[in-house]
Amino acid sequence: MPANRMSIRFKIRRQDAPGSPSYWQEFAIPYAPDHNVISALMVVQNNPVTTDGQRVAPVVWDRNCMEEVCGSCAMLINGVPRPSCSALIDSLTQPIVLEPLPKFPVVRDLLVDRSRIDEGLRRVRAWIEIDGAWDTHEGAPRISPIEWSANYLYSRCMSCGCCLSACPQFGPHSAFIGPAALAQVRLMNAHPTGRYDQAERLHAIMGDGGISDCGNAQNCVRVCPKAIPLTTAIGELGRQTTVQAVKDLFGG
Amino acid sequence: MKTTPTAIVIGGGLAGLWATLRIADAGFPVQLFSLFEVKRSHSVCAQGGINAVLDTKGQRDSIHQHIVDTLKGGEYLANQPPVKSMCEAAPGLIHTFERMGVTFSRTSEGLLDQRLFGGVKNKRTCFAGASSGQQLLYGVDQQVRRLESLGQVVKFEWWEFLSLLKDADGVCRGILAMDLKSLEIRAFPADVVVIATGGFGQIYAPKTTTSSHCTGAAASRCYQQGAWFANAEFFQFHPTAMIGRDKNRLMSEAARGEGGRIWTPRDPRDARAPNAIPEAERFYFLEEFFPAYGNTVSRDEASRAIWHVTREMGLGIQGTDRVYLDLTHLDRAFVSGRLGAILDIYRKFAGTDPLAAPMEIFPAAHYPMGGLWVDFERDADGGMRPDSPRNQATNLPGLYACGECDYAYHGANRLGANSLLSASFSGRVAGESVVSYLKGLDHRRTPLDQAGVAFEIARQQRLNQDLMRSNGPENPYQLHQALGALMTTRVGVVRVNSELATALDELRELERRAASVALGDSSAWTNQTLVFARQLQDMIRLAMVVAKSALERDECRGAHHKPAFKIPLPEGKFAGDPEFEDYRARWRANNDRWLKTTIAEFSAEGPRIHDEEIDLSIYPPTEPRDYR
Repeated sequence: MPANRMSIRFKIRRQDAPGSPSYWQEFAIPYAPDHNVISALMVVQNNPVTTDGQRVAPVVWDRNCMEEVCGSCAMLINGVPRPSCSALIDSLTQPIVLEPLPKFPVVRDLLVDRSRIDEGLRRVRAWIEIDGAWDTHEGAPRISPIEWSANYLYSRCMSCGCCLSACPQFGPHSAFIGPAALAQVRLMNAHPTGRYDQAERLHAIMGDGGISDCGNAQNCVRVCPKAIPLTTAIGELGRQTTVQAVKDLFGG
Repeated sequence: MKTTPTAIVIGGGLAGLWATLRIADAGFPVQLFSLFEVKRSHSVCAQGGINAVLDTKGQRDSIHQHIVDTLKGGEYLANQPPVKSMCEAAPGLIHTFERMGVTFSRTSEGLLDQRLFGGVKNKRTCFAGASSGQQLLYGVDQQVRRLESLGQVVKFEWWEFLSLLKDADGVCRGILAMDLKSLEIRAFPADVVVIATGGFGQIYAPKTTTSSHCTGAAASRCYQQGAWFANAEFFQFHPTAMIGRDKNRLMSEAARGEGGRIWTPRDPRDARAPNAIPEAERFYFLEEFFPAYGNTVSRDEASRAIWHVTREMGLGIQGTDRVYLDLTHLDRAFVSGRLGAILDIYRKFAGTDPLAAPMEIFPAAHYPMGGLWVDFERDADGGMRPDSPRNQATNLPGLYACGECDYAYHGANRLGANSLLSASFSGRVAGESVVSYLKGLDHRRTPLDQAGVAFEIARQQRLNQDLMRSNGPENPYQLHQALGALMTTRVGVVRVNSELATALDELRELERRAASVALGDSSAWTNQTLVFARQLQDMIRLAMVVAKSALERDECRGAHHKPAFKIPLPEGKFAGDPEFEDYRARWRANNDRWLKTTIAEFSAEGPRIHDEEIDLSIYPPTEPRDYR
């Protein structure tokens, strides 16, 4: 710790554009105990000079809420995918190695293109089919507090992409939709009226790139910053899809 | 040839997505613009909940009481018909959200639960665990995705709005936007534009609870093109935000409500750990200043007291902008049960345990009540006329505003848990108004002048090129820090006219400096510094509106506190006493002079201010507030 108390050192993987080669640069900023990775990157941004004394372009990265609820700022920090706003410097081994979230195309430096998450949500129809966004003078059917607490866990998924980047089955090499969208199928299928479209959602994950591509590595659940029980959801969906397959077979 | 008119919505938070839903539901195609994936919008940060009178707690809560609470909380500065309609619509909005699948917390019977929230007597706040805003946003995000899959909505994420396209009659006919990756600037013609780009807390950075994209740049750009900006001087500061270098994070008022004590060492040089400082050497200033209320004094009073102790008495912890919010004297099990969510946030972001050592906090800019001026049409019942194309319309024809970037619902101060409500409601209303506007359009309108559009594209490209080539002495990120420090010090919790005048001078100086930056990044691909340097200039121009509006208003009202013009309540005197009657007369005279909407108009010399009468037709102020 004493060595760390003088400065905060970073080793950052940079990339100027999609498809261009990546390279490393190192930075150091004065130590302060209350830094997280974002606030430290902001200091680098104010004066982007490497430890070799080279003035370089400010590091590009994504952030917004800085309260671990928007999902923007996820990156690979010392080899672990996680939001950078809640990555406190004092809890990290130095030099702190920052890399873009793997499995997603790099836009520039630490900024990646996560549009595949959105595509996944569209594919599984992760919404409730309502008649329209107007008042029908009725709410939804009741939901027991026990069901609510199970559902709430999944509704906190912020599409940060950590689970996807940790999943060995997900990536440019495969069509696997990944745990985040699967968990939303679990959530929507549990809603009292969302159930009406359960079969469609299940069919969407029964084909290529669907639930059977899960290799059960369990990495997703280990890295989820919101502790969402992703593997539990996948297990439940395994049963739901099996039942659906039987129904499909016998016209149930 | 008759073609279907199209709409553009800028901003994908709660308000923008509601507007999108209502426009697309009516069959008009929507192009939705956002700086990032819409579900990452700042709406996710609202923790507490959303107000709606459901009267399910046996308290005989009424919509009328919600209206009165909102109007009084805003010290009568809000036009009353929109507030009335908002409160009346709230239960229907909640039920719509519920149908969308929002995971509202439940009672043991499986019904929507409601809880008590700051400043009101009845339980009327629906919530979804500790992440209400996130859940509400996801509800509409999912519905927009549904409409996207049907081809009714096209999203332009990672695009930034730059300017409005107006036709020869001054009517908004589309926008110019920049792809934040390729930096391509493109014109997007449309028949109507809705701006829903949220607040502007970043002008106070880092002492703000808002997200890094809450710059107000988009609203500022509309203002600079002629849209009026109203009540900019009213900015709510949250007294207890945990201090951070990147931002300040809100610690709910519940911490004080459950017995938390605010204090600072009596000696600012005291460098001991807080737990080692004996009771006699601690200054529990809220308890000393407000013997009746102690630590549960209102948000505003608490913010001002902390400001007074740190900035005026110099008694912040070791002379800095910090005081303690102490829970360590309370029973651990009790605090953990009642304040679990807050404790988790503090542990996560400060890395220390607030049950072992006191939290360090300071007031932070939280929510602007002011924003783009919008119109409304009053109906016979005293509310807003449904589907009137005037509702949520700015003074620029064809431009609508909603959500935190409008000014309409909170007056001089906002009630807790009314922000998610106003965002949802105003977004829905804006969408419905736009539909009426589009239905009423003359299809033989003159087309947009293409030469004018090409000229504007060229002008915007030149702004980029000038910034890219500029090799001035300034760094935009450092200027942002200077802006935040200046606004916090001179246009913050407590206002003094000489300071405000100085602030305006300094803002002009900052504006000049912001034009001579060196980006340090010459890349034409995803150049975030270029994007920020542009936003910074617009933030400074908006900060001038705040400072100038604050300078003009010589009174204390809601969040705008100018001690030199305070009318003190005579102690120990009540109605009938000459001192009280004199006070009442002064209060009335003050309302005659100042109970008006402040409106700022852009000019090259700086904001020009005029005022506008307020519609007080539902619940006019007749008596001064007296909480004794």
